[in-house]
Amino acid sequence: MIEFIKQPWPWYVAGPMIALVLFLLLHAGKRFGISSSLETVCTLGGAGKLSDYFKVDWRNRSWLILFVVGSIIGGFLTSQFLQNPEPIDLSAATIADLQSLGLGYDGNYVPEQIFSWQNLFSLQGLIFMVLGGFLIGFGTRYAGGCTSGHAISGLSDLQLPSLVATIGFFIGGLITTHLLLPIIFS
Amino acid sequence: MKGFRFIWIGIIFGIILTKSEVISWYRIQEMFRFQDFHMYGVIGSAVILGAVIIRIIKARQVKSILGEPIGIDPKPKNYTSALVGGSIFGLGWALTGACPGPIYILIGNGFLPYLVVLFFAVIGAFTYGLIRSRLPH
Repeated sequence: MIEFIKQPWPWYVAGPMIALVLFLLLHAGKRFGISSSLETVCTLGGAGKLSDYFKVDWRNRSWLILFVVGSIIGGFLTSQFLQNPEPIDLSAATIADLQSLGLGYDGNYVPEQIFSWQNLFSLQGLIFMVLGGFLIGFGTRYAGGCTSGHAISGLSDLQLPSLVATIGFFIGGLITTHLLLPIIFS
Repeated sequence: MKGFRFIWIGIIFGIILTKSEVISWYRIQEMFRFQDFHMYGVIGSAVILGAVIIRIIKARQVKSILGEPIGIDPKPKNYTSALVGGSIFGLGWALTGACPGPIYILIGNGFLPYLVVLFFAVIGAFTYGLIRSRLPH
């Protein structure tokens, strides 16, 4: 049984299970949306003194903090007990594309060549980790949601702003992938 | 503690996203290069099944455990911020290979440099809060 679960999960298992998470949260009276947690951290840090945007009662979001803590634990448990027996079965075309950029495929979840402490103090590391993180926080709050809030919850409820936001996610992602990465790696 | 259920749902979520490799930088690259169906299958099937679930909830007026009818509060109709903010997020999504959920889950998996990504995501959210009145929405 454990050996079976340890296999990488195909999309037709993962997608429906994400829908189940959406249902469990709705049933508990909550709207699935994780990027709000970034804002709640600001509120907890006292940002309400500087901007009314953060002057909210964080207790309304305490469920989300617990959810986030759970997801960290879930990641930890998987890495300890349910690790993939094989490297990720990445498509050969992607491996070839990345190689032509000068990025070898190491079979892990993230390329250590980029996401390492040593690389943090290089220009490349700053772009991927510092600028990348900043754009995620700024962009999701500006858009009013991320993949979970807009692409999953919003689209499931056929909300037009969420469709527009999801189109935006792809515009940005395609620009980074096809225009910025070749420059960053050159 | 009644909030305990959210830790459990979070644990399930963390396991799903790790086992389906959605948290992988490489998988996100594959998606933005249209070289595999995997990510589209995950997001697409979640949305389609989610839409069916929400239809049923609304048709049957299912109530939450709080006794209130279940509904998804509509997002504000701010199309400019959805498109511009969404694109800004997309730039960062492809750089880091992670949206907010996977950032946390990667940290749980022991990819600790993502603590830096998380820290600057919080700084990004903070910056938005400071200048939002000057941005078009």
